[in-house]
Amino acid sequence: MSEELKALDVAVEVDARGTACPGPLLEAKRAIADCPDGGVMCILSSDEGTIIDVQRWSKKMKHEYLGDYEDDGYWRVFMKKTA
Amino acid sequence: MSEEKPNLEEMIKQLTARVDELEENAPGDNLSLGVISGDLDYTIATFIIALGAAAYDMQVDLFFTFWAIASLRDPKKKVKKDFLGKMFGAMLPASSKKLPLSKMQMMGMGPPMIRSVMKMHKAKSLEELMKEAAEFGVRIHVCTMSMDVMGIKKEELIDYPHMDFVGVGSFVDMFQNSKQCWFM
Repeated sequence: MSEELKALDVAVEVDARGTACPGPLLEAKRAIADCPDGGVMCILSSDEGTIIDVQRWSKKMKHEYLGDYEDDGYWRVFMKKTA
Repeated sequence: MSEEKPNLEEMIKQLTARVDELEENAPGDNLSLGVISGDLDYTIATFIIALGAAAYDMQVDLFFTFWAIASLRDPKKKVKKDFLGKMFGAMLPASSKKLPLSKMQMMGMGPPMIRSVMKMHKAKSLEELMKEAAEFGVRIHVCTMSMDVMGIKKEELIDYPHMDFVGVGSFVDMFQNSKQCWFM
């Protein structure tokens, strides 16, 4: 799973490490405007809650959740902007 | 007459699209409770209401944040913590059995008194209620930020089958899908 994610062409990377809830979600909300349609956005977060938050948020906002994996003490969360 | 036909079809199409959208965004038969107090009385009420709703086939989501997270601790599980985590760990209730009351705490005499009175009236204990909640599929979502702040680790929480670790975004998603949302 993480190999596939690593191979993705990331259009926008959001580094929200060190910010606590709801920081990562707000950073994602800000950055999604700069992401082209169909582009992949990667959110870096040190808050594990970001994973399920972004899953639910993507679903509600009609984006596609692609997956996540744990890096060195933080998580990389991937989603695709659709529409 | 023949001119109106395409209009009708177009109208039906538009209406169907609107109904689909409404249905998708309509709150479901869900109940969301934000559980924050960590008081014995409020926590008992949380699980009684959750179980009542579960009996009505409602999906129940409990968002545990701040003090309430201590009520999910399992005193048998020990984890390594830093200094601040240890301090918090020592000051917070070690389990659901150590929760204080919001009223009539009476220097610690209140909670055992309430528990014994409830037992006398054949009311279920908080721990029995939690077991039933697990059986009826009541979901517990634990706030990760509060866990970080208080130095509480996943590994020291009770074994609960429907538990995950989320942020406020998930709670918003839950109450958007709920007809009811309360704070306990």
